[in-house]
Amino acid sequence: MIMTIVKNKVDAVIVGMGWTGAIMAKELTDAGLNVVCLERGPDRDTQPDFAYPRVVDELEGSVHRKYLQSLNKETVTIRHGVNDAAVPYRQMGSFKPGTGVGGAGSHWSGCHFRALPEDFKVRSNIEQRYGKKFIPKEMTIQDFPVTYEELEPHFDHFEYVCGTSGKAGVINGKVVEGGNPFEGSRAREFALPPNPNYLGGELFYKAAREMGYHPYPIPASNASGPYVNPYGCQMGPCNFCGFCSDYGCLNYSKASPNACILPVLRGRKGFELRTLAQVMKVNLTADKKKATGVTYLDAQGRETEQPADIVLLCAFSLFNVHLMLLSGIGVPYDPVSNTGTIGRNYSYQNLNRVSLFFDETVQANQFMGIGGGGTTIDDLNGNRNDSAKTGFIGGGIVWARQPGGGPVRGIATAPGVPNWGSGWKKGVKEAFRHSFYYEVQGSCMAYQDAYLSLDPTYKDAFGRPLLRMTFDWHDNEIKASQYLVEKASDMCKVLGPKAIKGDAKKDGDHYNVTQYQSTHTCGGAIMGSDPKTSALNRYLQSWDVSNVFAPGANAFPQNNGYNPTGMVGALTYWCAKAVRELYLKNPGPLVQA
Amino acid sequence: MSDDTQSPSRRSLIKTMMFVPIGAAAATGVVRALQPATAADANAPEGKPNTYTPAFFNQTEWKFLSAAVDRLIPHDEHGPGAIELGVLEFLDRHMQTPYAAGDIWYMQGPYVSAKPEFGYQGKLPLRDILRVGIKNVDGYCASQFGGKAFADLDRKQQEEILKGCEGGKLKLEDISAKLFFTNLLNETRNGYFADPKHGGNKDMGAWKMIGYPGMRADYLDWVEVRDKPYPIGPVDLAGRRG
Repeated sequence: MIMTIVKNKVDAVIVGMGWTGAIMAKELTDAGLNVVCLERGPDRDTQPDFAYPRVVDELEGSVHRKYLQSLNKETVTIRHGVNDAAVPYRQMGSFKPGTGVGGAGSHWSGCHFRALPEDFKVRSNIEQRYGKKFIPKEMTIQDFPVTYEELEPHFDHFEYVCGTSGKAGVINGKVVEGGNPFEGSRAREFALPPNPNYLGGELFYKAAREMGYHPYPIPASNASGPYVNPYGCQMGPCNFCGFCSDYGCLNYSKASPNACILPVLRGRKGFELRTLAQVMKVNLTADKKKATGVTYLDAQGRETEQPADIVLLCAFSLFNVHLMLLSGIGVPYDPVSNTGTIGRNYSYQNLNRVSLFFDETVQANQFMGIGGGGTTIDDLNGNRNDSAKTGFIGGGIVWARQPGGGPVRGIATAPGVPNWGSGWKKGVKEAFRHSFYYEVQGSCMAYQDAYLSLDPTYKDAFGRPLLRMTFDWHDNEIKASQYLVEKASDMCKVLGPKAIKGDAKKDGDHYNVTQYQSTHTCGGAIMGSDPKTSALNRYLQSWDVSNVFAPGANAFPQNNGYNPTGMVGALTYWCAKAVRELYLKNPGPLVQA
Repeated sequence: MSDDTQSPSRRSLIKTMMFVPIGAAAATGVVRALQPATAADANAPEGKPNTYTPAFFNQTEWKFLSAAVDRLIPHDEHGPGAIELGVLEFLDRHMQTPYAAGDIWYMQGPYVSAKPEFGYQGKLPLRDILRVGIKNVDGYCASQFGGKAFADLDRKQQEEILKGCEGGKLKLEDISAKLFFTNLLNETRNGYFADPKHGGNKDMGAWKMIGYPGMRADYLDWVEVRDKPYPIGPVDLAGRRG
C-alpha cells in the first residue's frame, strides 16, 4: 500500500518556477500569502550554474542540452492531421522547453516585445476591415478578452523588472523618433537605451530605409548598462558573449527569473521552493468545481499531496495544458464537433531565415552575440499587412538578430557548399566571420484541426499519457512565409552580398519537427470571453475550476508576429492583480459564465 | 598463428595497448601498427598520429572511423584534419557519456516508421547508431569489394561509399545509411569544433582555422568595430590560449 505524504495546507501552490511562477510567487507573497512552489527540475542560479567559463561549453549547452528539459521523462507526440497516428518528439528539434528554476526564462534570448493593440482583437479587426466571410471557416481565431490599454501598465512593469533596453516609438500617443511608430502607446521610455549594434543589425537600417521601412532596435531584455530593477535586483551591461539561447546568462545581463525576481524571493517569509518536485495532477473535488491542491513526486520519488486554496499552473505552456487534461479540468477539445475547450487553438510561430554571405572584408563576426538585440521592422506586421492584397491574415516582423553562434551550434554555408571534405572546410572558413542572417518571424493563426490532447499510446516516465500535438502548416501561413521571405530577400539584395540563401515554406510543405524554429508554442488553454470556446476567462482563471489560474502562452488564442515573453509577463501581472484585488476578497468565478 | 607463437614484440604491443591509461602517450603508433600495411597506409592522414587508446570502440570500428573521419574532415590547405585534432579520441570518449546512451532522448516504444519530418523514431541510442552503422557499412563494402573493409578501400571508393550513405542511396541491412551518416558527420564535427576538454580540437586547431575566439565570451569593445578583423586568438575552457 502506497502511503501518500500529506503536507500542511498553504494559501497557494505554484506549479513551475519560470517567469510566470516567479511573478506569481512575488505578487502573492507581497499580498501576505503563504506560497509553495513546486519545480520539476533542479534549483539553478547564476552562481554556480551559469558561471563562466563552464556555462559556455557548447557541447554541454547545445548538444547535451544541459539547461533544457530532458525528453526521456516528459515529451509530446506529434502528428499533422486529426486522422494520423502521432509519434513521439524523441529528440529536441523544433522547440526547446526548459526545466529547473528559471525554466525557459533562463535559456531564452531576451527579445521582449509587446503585442500590438490590433493583435488583441484579431477576429473583430479582420471582420471589420474585410467582412465576416474573409476569415476561412476552419480558422478559429478569437479576440483576446483584454485590451492593450488594460495591459499597458503590466507590459511597462515587466519591462522595468527585466531592464529591457530599447527605444520607444510612441509615448502617450506621440510618435518618438527612432522607435517603432506603429506600436501601442507607452507611458514612458524603456528602462534602458538600446544596446550597441553589430554589423548585420547596422546594415539592416540601411536596407530597410532603402525600402521605405521604419527600422527600430529590437527591445532586448539584455541590459545595455548597469541597472537596478524595481525589486532591487542588479543587472550588469551585456558583454555580447554569444551564449544566450540554450544558456543561462553568466553576467547578470539577460533578464531571467533567477536574476530579476528570485533574489528577493529566496528566504522570504511565506515562500517555499521545492525542487525536483514533479507535479502529477491537480486534485479536484468530486464535482470538479474546486481544486484541493496537487499531487507530486518529491525528490525521492514519494507521492506527496500539497493541499492549497489556490492552484497556479505556471509550467511551460504545453505542460499547463497537459496537467489540465490529466486532472480533468474542463472539457477536452473535440476537433470534429469543434466543442470543448482544453487543447483548443494550439498555435505556433512562422519562422523563416535568409542568410547573407559576404567576402572577407566584411567583419560580421557571428561569434559576438546578444540574444535580444538587433534591428527590426513592423512595416509588414499588424494593420500594415493589407490582407486583401497579400492574401493572408496576420503579419510578421523582419529582423536582424545575432544571438551569437559558435561552430558546434553550426555554421551556415553559402549555396553549393558540400557538407564535408575540403569543400566544406573552405565553406565554413569563408562563412563564419563574414556572414549573418535576417529572419522573418510571422504570426500563426489558430485552426479547428490544430490542437492538444492526450496520446492514446505513448506514456511519460511516470506512466501518464503524453500530450499529443496535432499541427501542420496551413495555406495562410505558407503564403505569409513566401510573401515575408520575398520582402526580406529584397532588403538583402540592397546590401549586395555574394550570396543569399532563403528558406521560405513551399506550397504543400508540412511541419518539420527536426529543425529548430521557435519555442513559441502557444494556445491550448486559451483565454476568452465565452466559456464554450475558451479554457480561461479574462483573468486567466479556469472557467471550470475557479481556484485554478493558468497564466502563460497557453492563454494566447492565436500567435502574433512577436516573441511571446513580454505578453506572457504582462498577462501574469494582470492575473496576479486580479487574484490580489478581486479573488482574495471574494473567492469564486471572477467572470460569470 | 596462435597466441603462443606470437613474436614477443607483437605480444607486448597488444599488452601495451590494453593496459595503457586512456590518453597516455605510450601507445603512439599502435593504431597504425595494427592496420594492414596496404591501402590504409597509403591513406594515412598527414599531421600527428593519434595517440589515444580506445575504450569504447573495438579495433574494427576504430579502423573504420580512422578512415571515415579523415574523409569527412581531411587535412588540407584550409587547415588541420579530424585525425590530427583528436576527433577519434572525442568520439570514443563521447560514446561513453550518458548522452550517447540516449539520456536526453525519449526512448520508449512502440517504435514505428514515420515521415522524415517527425525526426528519428528508432530505438538505438547514438552510440549504437554508430556501432551498427559501422558494422553494416563494412559488411556492404565486403560484399561489393571482395571482402575488403571500408578502411581498406582507396580514398575515392571511400568517398563514394560515404556519398551513397549521405544521399540515402546505399541500402544497409539493419539501419538507414542516411541516419548513420548524419550522426557520424555531426559527431565528427562536434569533435572537431568542441572545446579541447572533450578530446578533440587539439590546440584549438579548428577554432584557429575559422577565426573563432573560443570561450572568450566578452566582445563589448569590438561590437562596433567594422574595419579590422577580430585580433585576439582563442582561449579554451581550461584557460589555455591558442
